[in-house]
Amino acid sequence: MEQSVIYIGAGLMLGLGAIGSAVGLGVLGSKFMEGIARQPELRPFLLTNFFIVLALVEAIPIISMVFGLYLLFAV
Amino acid sequence: MAKELTSKSYIDHHLTNLTCGKTESVGWTCDHNYYDEMGFMAFHVDSITISILLGVAFVALFKLIKLNPADQKPTRMQNFVEMCVEFVNENIKSIFGSTDNKLIGPLALTVLIWVFFMNLMDLIPVDFLPELTKQVSYASGIVDDPNDAYFKFVPTTDPNITLGMALGVFILTIFYSIKIKGLGGFIAELTLHPFGKFAIPFNFALEIMQLLAKPLSLGLRLFGNLYAGEMIFILIALLMFFQSAVFGVLGLGLHLLWALFHILVVSLQAFIFMVLTILYLSMAHETGDH
Repeated sequence: MEQSVIYIGAGLMLGLGAIGSAVGLGVLGSKFMEGIARQPELRPFLLTNFFIVLALVEAIPIISMVFGLYLLFAV
Repeated sequence: MAKELTSKSYIDHHLTNLTCGKTESVGWTCDHNYYDEMGFMAFHVDSITISILLGVAFVALFKLIKLNPADQKPTRMQNFVEMCVEFVNENIKSIFGSTDNKLIGPLALTVLIWVFFMNLMDLIPVDFLPELTKQVSYASGIVDDPNDAYFKFVPTTDPNITLGMALGVFILTIFYSIKIKGLGGFIAELTLHPFGKFAIPFNFALEIMQLLAKPLSLGLRLFGNLYAGEMIFILIALLMFFQSAVFGVLGLGLHLLWALFHILVVSLQAFIFMVLTILYLSMAHETGDH
């Protein structure tokens, strides 16, 4: 019983983390495109900030993915 | 205790650090079987040595390059070093504005290049160096069973290293906010902020949570990204278990793809760690109420 619970937990972790980062990056990407469409000359400035926020959005889902993979394979 | 090669033991082998520690029964030992006895007095020797070596390499690289005077053509290394310093300087100016704080420049440059070097270790093929240590330590008799030779080569996949750096940044922010705003100012900022004087416990809880979330997320973000990258490399390497050419080629292709993507992750995480270090220090210097 204990092993199957771990798999359920790992699956949930991976799935929900993926949803979080997908939605976050989707919104971020769309706003980035909007910003460029509105003012193309701001592209380099927007690009660096896009990467900064990309890393911030990715932080928590990546950590939950790490724990999910660890649970799945190494526990 | 010869462990037969299963996927779990393979993954476990690549994810355990070489820990040396003090145990009651055997005293100082690096044998992994006594790992549970080591308790608090256990040191991840591999992460420590690799990060110190990379730190020395960084300082040596930046110190020993040949600087041509301004009128001659700069050497290639000089261009690289100048590019890094200008990149760091430009980021500091944009985030921090003007400041008389002399520590922030060297700190940001060190964080950027040191973390970048540590992350770069992850691009070395996953099985190359652990296998090397297995054979070397087995041949030289340090270990009686090759599977007992553990060595994790990427320091940033060890939470102690990344959280240690984040703790350093946290202590600096506390130091500078007390130095700039004074102890009273710092306490006031913690307790009076969002809702004024009457809701002090609520303010305090809010501000403390935010204060602690910064270093924790700073450290865990770097650890999470690199550990996930390492885990993916190991899982791709596991494809070779099928001993069939198709999976071998597929594994190679996947490994190449992930390595290319990982180059972005490696440099981006070092850049983010630097930007957030500068940001947290600049917030410590801010005296206006935000």
